[in-house]
Amino acid sequence: MTSLPDSLLLDILKIPQNASKLDPSQWVTLIHDARATNLLGSLARRLDAGQVTVPPGPKRHLDGATQLGHRQRRSVKWEVNEIHNALRPLQRPIVLLKGAAYVLAVHPASLGRLFGDIDILVDKDALGDVESRLMLNGWVSAKASPYDQRYYRKWMHELPPMTNVKRGTVLDIHHNILPTTSNARPDPQNIIARSTQTADTSIPWMRVPCPEDLLIHSLTHLVHEGELGNGLRDLNDIDVMVRACAYPSDFWHRFVEFAECMQLSAQVALGLTLAQRVFATPIPESAFKALAGGGGAPPRWLLWVYLRALPGLFDKQPQWTAMLARWVIYVRSHALRMPIHLLVPHLLIKGFSRLAISKKQEETP
Amino acid sequence: MLRIAPFNVRIRSPLATVKDHFQRFYTKYPVLDQASFVDFDLRVCPGVGIRRFWKPQSRFFLDEVDAFFPLPQQQAAPMFEWGLNWCVASRPLGYLVMHAGVLAKRNAALMMPGHPGAGKSTLTASLNLLGGWRLLSDELAILDPETGDLLPHPRPICLKNEAIDIVAGFDGSVMGPKYTDTRKGTISHVSCDQRSIENAANRAKVNWVVFPRFEKGCRAKSSELSRVEAFSMISEQSFNRERMGEAGFDAMCAMLDNASCYQIQYGSTQAGLDLIKGITER
Repeated sequence: MTSLPDSLLLDILKIPQNASKLDPSQWVTLIHDARATNLLGSLARRLDAGQVTVPPGPKRHLDGATQLGHRQRRSVKWEVNEIHNALRPLQRPIVLLKGAAYVLAVHPASLGRLFGDIDILVDKDALGDVESRLMLNGWVSAKASPYDQRYYRKWMHELPPMTNVKRGTVLDIHHNILPTTSNARPDPQNIIARSTQTADTSIPWMRVPCPEDLLIHSLTHLVHEGELGNGLRDLNDIDVMVRACAYPSDFWHRFVEFAECMQLSAQVALGLTLAQRVFATPIPESAFKALAGGGGAPPRWLLWVYLRALPGLFDKQPQWTAMLARWVIYVRSHALRMPIHLLVPHLLIKGFSRLAISKKQEETP
Repeated sequence: MLRIAPFNVRIRSPLATVKDHFQRFYTKYPVLDQASFVDFDLRVCPGVGIRRFWKPQSRFFLDEVDAFFPLPQQQAAPMFEWGLNWCVASRPLGYLVMHAGVLAKRNAALMMPGHPGAGKSTLTASLNLLGGWRLLSDELAILDPETGDLLPHPRPICLKNEAIDIVAGFDGSVMGPKYTDTRKGTISHVSCDQRSIENAANRAKVNWVVFPRFEKGCRAKSSELSRVEAFSMISEQSFNRERMGEAGFDAMCAMLDNASCYQIQYGSTQAGLDLIKGITER
């Protein structure tokens, strides 16, 4: 098994106290790497929790990221309120996923994290109503081309992303956590049924997944993504989540059971192995064994590929290994998403339409 | 690596025009050693492949990330100035950044927020080069919410179109080349006075907020504004108040609590200077 190269960022994230010995040029590297991997806010939080005295130069960058994080958490809450107001008349549970779920669950993974889109999960039979209620309240579909619309609606686990016309915020509406066409077929009903209300009583229809499902989804999402630009950030989320949630002794038992029931053992085993390798996340051997029983031991070559594709780990090694690894992950993500007889025509159509667009842009400078 | 207060900036460029720009405008700035912390790591480079020779481009990198659309290569030096402005305005460092010309006498600052074309650069250059004010910045008012201080960020002043010839006529003004056909028309830079660079570590507090409006030949007029009016007008000129959230809002309120606010209208640089004099020596 290949060992990980030294990474100042990972070292400090794991043992923040080591930062007290850094010289200015190491601080430059640390802040740069943390920003490039979208972990600046998390780094700030770890240093703060570790009571490390940070020199004024880097401190400004860390404080700036913390402040932006505060602001974004507030924006996420506001946006969730607006979504709830738009969907309240449907009286159907709306499950928040990923970043928004961390915020509304007041989860430690939300602290110091920066946010992009908001993701929600709803019953498939409620999709039509959800979409029209959102349209009435100022959200519009961001994908204009008829092909994209059909692609999402026929094969994906989500509607084409919607944008709020006033605020420009982006909302992803899922009816499952994996594409309809992928070979794993988790039943989203389980996640909805096990979800719980948030602490905010003014948004009764908003739910967050139970901790086990939240972790399963983050792991599944990580290993199904075609691009790992935020891979280290997502692994850090997973690490924080495990450290915060896995205390009840029956957590891992339930976790394995839920993952197996949703046919996601292989995905979560790969994700957990990565977290353990990169962040030394404390995961009991028994959990891995149980997952392996469900067909979940990740192959070695896949681990090799993932560790090299993650940004910020093997950056000092030849570019071509990272490029190859990223290409493998990109291809693999598509293969997981769709069977080959659907995938090939899809990639051809996307390729040609991209060509047509760039040609059009050249003609009208 | 240079101390362009309040930031440490590492800049690399193989382009002769950028080197000339630095030799003209940045020789008085403290040079930092390699062991200093870097706030912005910048690189201005020629285009790649065919764009090195055919309609040559220049590109701007922040932390090795390509940050902008490429510009024609003769605009590499302005690209550095715009790029650094963008860095200051967009990177969250806990400062409230507003679009304004800022000058100070001792530590009492005059802030002139304004839309492009309101004449603030000309007025800023005149106040600095003729009026005895030290320059904090011609574009970026950087407010530290914790102390309520404005942080000086003196750099060459960017002048547009007619303003170039007016300022070039000032005694002893150090002008850079004219760059034609930029997105903002013809532009040129003029050096701020050396005292401004030497005093770049001395913070200042806002005493006056003045919204200038230049209209050729119009009669000079000044009127006082309420703090509420001033607040909403400055908000339009803030780059990051939205992102700063509550801290930004509070900082702006606190800043205006101690300032008197005016709107002025003038038809010539001299009239503008006189109005400012009237306001600040009242």
